[in-house]
Amino acid sequence: MAEITFWFIAILTIVSAVMVVYGQKLLNSAIALLFTLFGVAGLYVFLWADFLAGVQVVVYIGGILILIIFGIMLTNRITTVHISHSSIQRGYGGIVVVGLMGFLGWMIVRTPWIQEHSAEPDQTVATIGKLILTDYLMPFEVASILLLGALIGAATLSRAEE
Amino acid sequence: MDQLQNYLFIAAILFSLGLMAVITRRNGVAVLMGIELILNAANINLVAFARFGGMNYSGQIFALFVIVLAAAEAAVALAIVINIFNNYSSINVDEVSQLKQ
Repeated sequence: MAEITFWFIAILTIVSAVMVVYGQKLLNSAIALLFTLFGVAGLYVFLWADFLAGVQVVVYIGGILILIIFGIMLTNRITTVHISHSSIQRGYGGIVVVGLMGFLGWMIVRTPWIQEHSAEPDQTVATIGKLILTDYLMPFEVASILLLGALIGAATLSRAEE
Repeated sequence: MDQLQNYLFIAAILFSLGLMAVITRRNGVAVLMGIELILNAANINLVAFARFGGMNYSGQIFALFVIVLAAAEAAVALAIVINIFNNYSSINVDEVSQLKQ
């Protein structure tokens, strides 16, 4: 049962990612991105990262995706109902990307990966919280300053000029 | 499901698709979506290596910081995109080639 769920989530992630890249309308791409992000959150659950799955749903789907949809709405005139978006250099881009994909796949197959089998933790929130406030305190503080800077910067940049 | 390679394959496919969006899409917001796909692929790799490397939490915390960076990047990038739209009435990245009009 878990195996079926895993493959369902994997296929959902990849198919919706293809729709993000090849969708005909910009808004369809944004909605497909929703399913990709949900699929990645599901993969985090399979990788025993329950806290990260929650963060993925809250920050990516609740924050970044809404921001992207706002961006789409603000950068198109209301009268253009079908916000289509075109692509350029599909041929060359396809060659580069298929080549890269082949190289990565070849590398993944050829490398003898060592897997350690460890016990599944009950939950990860307590450990992550302790680590953030001990070993990773400095990056945590830097991230808060970065977010403040991004907040002020975004507000300044997008404000209408006097 | 208990194989590291499966996750690496999914991440590699997501990364390639994100790169395809960055290379070929003309709309600036679509390029941003490609960048989000690439960041998600990197995050899957980090968490997968953390899980199969003896349940090491460093990978998960690193992924957490990547998500924070992605949020900051999306906010600033969309502010820039809106500014470009105000100046050019278009956000096609191949048409925006002047620093000053």
